[in-house]
Amino acid sequence: MERTFSVLVNDRPGVLARVAGLFSRRDFNIASITVGTAEEAGLSRMTIVSSGDDAMALQIMRQLEKLVEVIEVADISKDPVVKRELALIKVEADKNSRPEISHILEPFRVAIVDVGHSSLTVQVTGGVEKIDALIGLLRPYGILEIARTGVTALLRAAAKEVEESGEEVGS
Amino acid sequence: MSGGSEVAAILPMQEPVERPVVKQDVNPRREVRTGAELLCSLLEQAGVDTIFGYPGGAVLPIYDALYSSPIRHILTRHEQGAIHAAQGFARVTGKPGIVLATSGPGATNLVTGIADAYMDSTPLVILTGQVPIESIGRDAFQEADIVGITMPVTKHNYQVRDIHDLPQVIADAFYIATTGRPGPVLIDLPKNITAGPASAAVLPQAHVRGYRLPGLPQAADVEAIIEAIRQAKKPLLYIGGGIVSSGASSYLREFAHRTKIPVVSTLMGLGAFPAHDPLFVGMLGMHGTYAANRAVTECDLLIALGVRFDDRVTGKLQRFSPHSTKIHVDIDAAEIGKNVPVHISAVADVGLMLQALLTREVHIDTAAWHEQILLWNEEWPLQYHASEGDLKPQQVVELIAQYTHEEAIITTEVGQHQMWAALFYPFSRPRQFVTSGGLGTMGFGFPAALGAQVARPDSTVICIAGDASFQMNIQELQTIVENQLPVKVAIINNRYLGMVRQWQQFFYESRYAESRIGSPDFAKVAQAYGALGLRAQTLAEAKTALETAFAYNGPVIIDFIVKEEENVFPMVPPGKGTDEMTLEWEE
Ligand SMILES: Cc1ncc(C[n+]2csc(CCOP(=O)(O)OP(=O)(O)O)c2C)c(N)n1
Ligand SMILES: [Mg+2]
Repeated sequence: MERTFSVLVNDRPGVLARVAGLFSRRDFNIASITVGTAEEAGLSRMTIVSSGDDAMALQIMRQLEKLVEVIEVADISKDPVVKRELALIKVEADKNSRPEISHILEPFRVAIVDVGHSSLTVQVTGGVEKIDALIGLLRPYGILEIARTGVTALLRAAAKEVEESGEEVGS
Repeated sequence: MSGGSEVAAILPMQEPVERPVVKQDVNPRREVRTGAELLCSLLEQAGVDTIFGYPGGAVLPIYDALYSSPIRHILTRHEQGAIHAAQGFARVTGKPGIVLATSGPGATNLVTGIADAYMDSTPLVILTGQVPIESIGRDAFQEADIVGITMPVTKHNYQVRDIHDLPQVIADAFYIATTGRPGPVLIDLPKNITAGPASAAVLPQAHVRGYRLPGLPQAADVEAIIEAIRQAKKPLLYIGGGIVSSGASSYLREFAHRTKIPVVSTLMGLGAFPAHDPLFVGMLGMHGTYAANRAVTECDLLIALGVRFDDRVTGKLQRFSPHSTKIHVDIDAAEIGKNVPVHISAVADVGLMLQALLTREVHIDTAAWHEQILLWNEEWPLQYHASEGDLKPQQVVELIAQYTHEEAIITTEVGQHQMWAALFYPFSRPRQFVTSGGLGTMGFGFPAALGAQVARPDSTVICIAGDASFQMNIQELQTIVENQLPVKVAIINNRYLGMVRQWQQFFYESRYAESRIGSPDFAKVAQAYGALGLRAQTLAEAKTALETAFAYNGPVIIDFIVKEEENVFPMVPPGKGTDEMTLEWEE
């Protein structure tokens, strides 16, 4: 199944290389990876979309936790999360097709961010399925270029869990 | 090879070189002027007394600072020799081994040792020179991206880009290398940082936010383990290098004796439980003993302590210990369930877990199980066919054990001789056996013996080597001679890449492609370097050679000319289960 990990890391040179290197070396799959500054200065949040069964997901978490630059890892695959991706799509559009394309775009609540003589650039935000659907609909008109950011995600407010801590024995 | 009944003792012709002048003691808080001097001061404060290294342009400032530092520097003849020596030092002491090499080729020459230390969880702090920061990324002379290159084989690595970061980096590097699951940490030092100005600093407390160590064992885990033991009829302790790293041998012994649970060990665990203990069943895995592998297959409870279910241990996973409830205790959470699913697991220091387990009472009746293990031992005890004419490699290992009262520190190279050393030398204490387990690095054993001898000047240190492996770092003969290190090297000379030949014989119809290998006259080579060189071809010669070697207080190389096509048994062929052992080979 698809897996989403939210990873808090130090904002230092080489951190992305460490994380990406871990995935390739351990033969973990990466569907997408996004990085940006997090709530605390000096930290970044990575959202990594991967795939695998429960055992694989646990292995990915544990291996990520071993990286010294990684502060915190959460597997948010099964939690209620807000997941968003942004895509820029440049589609062929001349005088004739433009009205029809506008019609298609309407329910997607996109922004048209650039207009040329023979093309339009559309900015769309949302879940992966929404963006895939829009790309599917625009394909017949001729897609010139696509840039997608990859998924970024946060837990929904209600889903924050309380970490449980076990009892310790002295020795 | 020439015959002859006498031991060809070739005495050293060259006088050992004078040892470098003993450096005077220096106050660790002394004033410093350069980054390199600050580095030396911080290393001293971290307790470093020995560095294994090799100089070059990018580390000249560091060497200049070392010149007036009390730290002992051992100049090897190759950076690979330096890092394996540091590994040997670390493996026999438990302290971090320190390595210093220059940028570019100096640094890349360390990579095999770094990967080896990473696989075998050996604490190292590796210092590499780097081109000045302003030259980084411009393909400067002797520039190599050693931080990038070693990312996958270090526990962590650093490049110091501001001299003010150096004290914290040094503190953190030592902390990371030596705590939790130990491992190598590399610090890359651009030349402008070490040559540039600095002022004195006290080594700070380590502070690494993203680095967590497991807490004390959880009561629930302890209970679950005890309960599983109470249910067991055929329990087995499967122990590994984690017992050694944790210093848990005495707790393990006590626990095994109290519960009467028999013990099997990995290659890395040998010595953590005494070989002569009646509860010791032997090494398990590809070249494990018959009884150990049968016990693993038949047990109903497998208690895995400080191990990682390596493929050389498990064989075919589906056939590995199929009837057992599995318990896994390890300090590295990522090892739990990585290769083999387990029923009960605890992320903890094995020593602390054993101490916690020892607070509980548990009595089980394992008499029938012990009977069974004894029967397996009688069915196929560890054995070899001694023959009249030939000197057998196993015989040589047994003789070495006898002549050293089973007390020597043994290092090995990699191959058949390594397995024979593991099987036929009875190890009785942790850190007595030093071998390259995970990476299987030929060329490891001889420099590791060098480092072990530096750390343990009063111990007998023997490298059991293969004729081929020894040639991978043979240049370190000069280092042991110069430093008057009385390392003894026993070359099990079969004129083959024996382990490769064995696989070719079994799995490639005896087509010995490139596994026949020539060697120089090792005794003469030893002599040329100024060590004592001996050669033995018969049992009688072998005994005389060992007597001569141990009567001589200096480095000795003994070339044991053994039977060529001897094989290591038992063997679990690759892809087979641990119960599918080959015990002899019929053409
Ligand atoms: C650096 C390195 N290269 C290649 C190998 C593959 N290899 C494993 S054992 C072996 C043969 C070792 O020969 P020798 O040292 O003579 O030991 P023997 O098996 O004959 O006892 C080889 C080539 C290795 N382990 N390490
Ligand atoms: Mg050989």
